[in-house]
Amino acid sequence: MELSNQYIQQRLTEKFGEQVFNFEDTYGMLSFEAPKDQNLKVMQFLYDDAELQFRFMTDLCAVNYPDQPGRELAVVYHLHNLRDNVRIRFKVFTSVAEPDVYTASQLFSTANWMERETYDFYGVNFVGHPNLKRILNVDEMDYFPMRKEYPLEDQTRIDKDDEMFGRG
Amino acid sequence: MARPVRFNIHPKEGDINSAVAVAEAPAGYSGDGFFTTKLSDVVGLARKNSIWPLPFATSCCGIEFMATMGSHYDISRFGSERVGFSPRQCDLLMVMGTIAKKMAPVLRQVYLQMAEPRWVLAVGACASSGGIFDTYSVLQGIDQVIPVDVYVPGCPPRPEAILDGFMKIQELVGQESIRRRNSPQYQALMDSYGIQ
Repeated sequence: MELSNQYIQQRLTEKFGEQVFNFEDTYGMLSFEAPKDQNLKVMQFLYDDAELQFRFMTDLCAVNYPDQPGRELAVVYHLHNLRDNVRIRFKVFTSVAEPDVYTASQLFSTANWMERETYDFYGVNFVGHPNLKRILNVDEMDYFPMRKEYPLEDQTRIDKDDEMFGRG
Repeated sequence: MARPVRFNIHPKEGDINSAVAVAEAPAGYSGDGFFTTKLSDVVGLARKNSIWPLPFATSCCGIEFMATMGSHYDISRFGSERVGFSPRQCDLLMVMGTIAKKMAPVLRQVYLQMAEPRWVLAVGACASSGGIFDTYSVLQGIDQVIPVDVYVPGCPPRPEAILDGFMKIQELVGQESIRRRNSPQYQALMDSYGIQ
């Protein structure tokens, strides 16, 4: 039997009820949301279930929505069922004031570095991560550069002109 | 039709005097069997025509440097036949490419490992000023961590521009007093970078 998005949604709703919501089917790819303290339970269920078998994490990243108070940071998990070749997206939202999300690194080893990267750029604090420190940026950096907290560059600045590029 | 076979039956006699560049002697007083000049000039003459460059190439400017080293542009013409890859043996640090902030301590360490006298050539917009990478992760010019003698503009600069920068370095090397590295001004420059 082919693993359809409707079936995945049905199984999740049976198991978690109101705890999983905002189901979307964009370009044939199922996407849904859960409270942030449920993220490990949902992923463990998707991993263990004999039919669902989402046992491969393709990607883990964060998104910053500065105009959604209390839900400023989204952590997005891309999961892949390799047997039926089905992908889903799973999101949890957290406030930027308390960006604590449980780590998925015990379930997926690949989450270790991806969570470090997400911490590096968005400041998501992955609770229980074995080694949560910056991975790409310099250790001295005291801000999270991919958060939408910084103004765009002033287009009228003149300290960088064409002369420096040999086109003066 | 068979191609006609041509032989080089009228070879041009090479003129040794036009083919070999000889460095000009420094100004001095010469007489029968002797020549006097300043020690600084002689040392400068020797240094400027045997610079050992250390290429620190991190991006596209490094590709231009490869062309500069090749037979067409041929940096060896300037006495830099020997490109060294050990900082301890080299005189000239050629920084070519974007230096990320995480790379800055590495670049500084390489500079510190070079023995005096040492010169630095910043090739390209990125090494000189950060270039188009006006962003949180890129060092905005290597002169924030090490002193630079000559900047070469361009993104990337053509090999001619790199050679021009190299010749500017040669000028500096040739004119440098042998006491410069002991002067209080030089000491102050090193102190401003926190280098002993």
